[in-house]
Amino acid sequence: MTTDARPDPDELVERIRQEARQAGRGRLRIYFGSAAGVGKTYAMLVAARARKAAGTDVVAGVIETHGRAETAAQLAGLELLPRRGIARADRPLLTEFDLDGALARKPALILVDELAHSNVAGSRHPKRWQDVDELLASGIDVWTTLNVQHLETLNDIVGGITGIRVHETLPDTFFDAADEVVLVDTPADELLGRLKAGKVYGEAQAERAAANFFRKGNLMALRELALRRTADRVEDDVQTYRADRSITPVWKTESAILCCIGPGRSAEHVVRSAALLAQQLAVSWHAVYIETPRLQRLAGDARRRILLVVELAEQLGARTAVLPSSDVAAALIDYARDNNLSKVVMGHNRASFWRPAGTLAQQLGQRAADVDLIEIGAPPGTVATTAAGRRADAKPVAANWRPTGYALGLVACGLLTALVVPLEGVLDQANIVMLYLLLVLGVAMRYGRGPAVLCAVVNVVAFDYFLVPPKLSFAVSDVQYVLTFGVMLAVGLIVGQLTAGLRFQARIAVHRERRSHALFEVARDLSAELVVEQVVETAAKAIAREFHAEVRMFVLAEDDRLALVGSTCAGLDAGTARWAFDHAEPAGLGTDTIPGSAWHYLPLKASMRTRGVLALQPESPRLFAVPEQRRQLQTFAALAAIALERVHYVDVAQKATVQIESERLRNSLLSALSHDLRTPLAGLSGLAESLQLTEPPLSGEQKDLCEKLDAAARRMTMQVSNLLDMARIESPEFRLASDWNSIEEIIGSAIRISEWALASRDVTTDVPRDLPLVKCDAVLIERVVVNLLENAAKYTPADACVRIAARVGATELSVSVADNGPGIPAGREKSIFTKFTRGVRESSTSGVGLGLAICKAIVEAHGGRIGAANHAGGGAVVTFSLPLPSEQPQDRPALDAIEEVE
Amino acid sequence: MIETLGANALVIEDDSNIRRSVRSALEMNGWSVLEAETLASGMAAVAAHHLALAVIDLGLPDGDGVALVRSVRERFQAPIIVLSARAEEHHKVRALDAGADDYVEKPFRVAEFLARVRAHIRRSGATSSAEAVITVGNVEFDPGARLVRKNGSEVRLTRTQYKLFAFLVANAGRVLTHRQLLLGVWGPARVEHGHYLRVYMASLRQKLEDDPARPKLITTETGVGYRLVSG
Repeated sequence: MTTDARPDPDELVERIRQEARQAGRGRLRIYFGSAAGVGKTYAMLVAARARKAAGTDVVAGVIETHGRAETAAQLAGLELLPRRGIARADRPLLTEFDLDGALARKPALILVDELAHSNVAGSRHPKRWQDVDELLASGIDVWTTLNVQHLETLNDIVGGITGIRVHETLPDTFFDAADEVVLVDTPADELLGRLKAGKVYGEAQAERAAANFFRKGNLMALRELALRRTADRVEDDVQTYRADRSITPVWKTESAILCCIGPGRSAEHVVRSAALLAQQLAVSWHAVYIETPRLQRLAGDARRRILLVVELAEQLGARTAVLPSSDVAAALIDYARDNNLSKVVMGHNRASFWRPAGTLAQQLGQRAADVDLIEIGAPPGTVATTAAGRRADAKPVAANWRPTGYALGLVACGLLTALVVPLEGVLDQANIVMLYLLLVLGVAMRYGRGPAVLCAVVNVVAFDYFLVPPKLSFAVSDVQYVLTFGVMLAVGLIVGQLTAGLRFQARIAVHRERRSHALFEVARDLSAELVVEQVVETAAKAIAREFHAEVRMFVLAEDDRLALVGSTCAGLDAGTARWAFDHAEPAGLGTDTIPGSAWHYLPLKASMRTRGVLALQPESPRLFAVPEQRRQLQTFAALAAIALERVHYVDVAQKATVQIESERLRNSLLSALSHDLRTPLAGLSGLAESLQLTEPPLSGEQKDLCEKLDAAARRMTMQVSNLLDMARIESPEFRLASDWNSIEEIIGSAIRISEWALASRDVTTDVPRDLPLVKCDAVLIERVVVNLLENAAKYTPADACVRIAARVGATELSVSVADNGPGIPAGREKSIFTKFTRGVRESSTSGVGLGLAICKAIVEAHGGRIGAANHAGGGAVVTFSLPLPSEQPQDRPALDAIEEVE
Repeated sequence: MIETLGANALVIEDDSNIRRSVRSALEMNGWSVLEAETLASGMAAVAAHHLALAVIDLGLPDGDGVALVRSVRERFQAPIIVLSARAEEHHKVRALDAGADDYVEKPFRVAEFLARVRAHIRRSGATSSAEAVITVGNVEFDPGARLVRKNGSEVRLTRTQYKLFAFLVANAGRVLTHRQLLLGVWGPARVEHGHYLRVYMASLRQKLEDDPARPKLITTETGVGYRLVSG
């Protein structure tokens, strides 16, 4: 610990909580213990019941009581999620935790016992911790239990301690990512006491347990492990907190670890040790498998086993790579240098006669003196591995026999000998040897090491037999010829080895080039496509060709639907595709989710969002075991996703451009009309009026004409205004200028504006005092009231009565304008609000029928309603309502309060 | 009007018909009218003449009429009436804040326009003694005694109501924007609190108007502000 102030645990907890909340992910709490029976499930249940009493929605997802009475008692009162039954042919019904049921139920907190449990086949995920991961991703908090021996990195250590290997394991990364770990600790003696009292297992089982797993030494060691692991976690949390606060990053400049995966049996142990080491040093780590030509020729099983180890490394948090190379040390050193890895972790390698360069460790030590080497010892219990076992492992399959090479080599030797022997007198012996050497060289270059060795031996034999005195016998009189033989053999071997290596590299290079070329072609073709269907076709064809598989694509359509492009195929499941899409993770064949499916579903993730799902049914399912192929597939998928996204945005851009253009057109039209129509009309009106006021005054008839001119101009102005207003309100960018307003005020000014229209009619108002302020656009609502008043004036006789009333409801304020005129024709109450419709057809009163349509548009833009009816006393009443906000402005002074204050 | 005989009025409006109507109306009432069609020529006219009235169109082709309003207000106390298009409240508010006294929406009745002009001339010409009692309709405002009377009997106003009324009376006939009122009565802290104004205005109307729902004394200029009607 440095001299920094100790971090405040509450602050820390609060920060984590905030981050989790922001991420929307549920919180994981693990009840961690050293052995069965320490009381993890019990503690979890007790805490859960307390939570439930405090009001949280708690559901017990799956609880294993193992027949322990005390634990079972704690279950009382908790809601239990029913298990899912999995029917298997001719087997009793198996039950398993119902993940979909839990997701549908969506409690605030769910209890899931035994985190490391393996799910019954037929479940969505093979492991329960993957189920828990999905629960957390959907925002549900999860509490669970775990024993120390289930942790991946500690698995074989615990196995070494107890002698019992547990096969249900949990990756450490998942454990470390948990939000809380509660250590349930019981001293060994107490636990043994519980065991004897029968509180852990039934009697027979308890006896067996006491003899094997539950020995005191074991329990103490396990307890120490559990305590240490928890302490490490706490230390990690503290480090993270401090690292976040300090200016310089704590370990970003630290170089990482390189773990070398070999073909031996101890590779798994090496990987686990490397993971532990990386954790302890708090650095990232890489795991690399160097595939030499010899290893490439291994039997399928052995190869799969090695690839499983590579996958294990990836699960434990490493960046993995499988590199083909004939020189292991050189490849390792290059990789280490490229990735700034200063520590190399590997298993022991025995020196052998056939490797004069020394063990791998020695080679690394010599060629890269600055690299740290850590050799991991053999895992406990495996020291007895026999030499035979080792050899059996590494035995290459003689599948790459090329009998032709050997046969032709032999033939060539025979030919040369036949050629040379008669020429013995002419050619010097040294030159004959040269010729044989040349032959060996040629065979090595052409057919590889094996034929070259055979050729060399045959040459030596032939040379000895036919040309070396004494002729036609195998005796060798001169020791010098041993040298000749030796050199020929050596040349054959060396050249064969070299050419084999070269050919291997060449093959790799060609293979790589072909892969890059395929990618290049696909990328080039995709970049030219403009339509989704074309993209899908190109991508599907390319992928099908490259991976020898059936390919189908699901593409994101409107309203978030996933649509299959092209014809469907047997075994294709839209549900799984949707799952892969929603979770942005691969599903199906070769993954952890529904691995039983025949298809592999890969989400097409583009930079903004997932654009679809690629479904793949390869001819050889081994495709997914090889990391290179998986990476290649992902690259293809990424290219397809980018192309889909590009096409989508081209579409969006086009639509936006069209919209902008039409908007611009409409706006310029509106403003042109607005100015160019209104101004002449205003001028017309003004001039007519001026005419009326000229000196000397006009004659009666002239005055009359003038008045009519004026009236006509004004009417036209009103119509144009209505039309333009309607257009403005309907345009997409129309915005309300809302503010707090008094409806009484608006009504008052509306009446004033409509005075000339209402003329001699009797206008009364019925507006209560102290109405709440309403949020609206004052100018527009005034317009509505004016329109209603002018309508009332237009359709009623000159001596009619018009009454305006305002009422406050629970959630809205309503205003009504009523008259006692002829009213609205029956059945037309709704249609009068439509554009260009009037209550009375073909009447002498002017108007194009827009007034009420404008009222409707304005009121509805405010979220209110408008309606018309004939009221009981005869005559029309039009009522509109505006939504009342739930709260008045905070500091609104109440009318009465004003008086009291001052 | 004898007072305005020969006095200069500047009319800046780009539409010739409107300009002509306004001009002939003013000339009939004894004004000497100067015309301008653009912002530039308007600015030149302001610089060159002494003005007793300015009529400015806000929608000039070569610029914002508000600049012209400011320029006139800087030089003269003359009433400024702006001509605006319908539904351009923010434009009117800007012009009023810049110093205009009133606005008229196009198309307008020339008679009404003239009435407004007369009212503003009367207001600006009135000798305003700080102690003089001002009568508007049936309401009397007595600044000396700090009293307000309606129909002869005293009306009890709270401090803020009095301040508000006094401000309105001091600017009688002019359109005051919400902002100007809030600034003048409540100060800069409450400039955004439009709802204050609404409530106090309602309370004032309750006390002073015959029919608060149809106010005749203090009229609402929707979307812009309020005006105390003068004479």
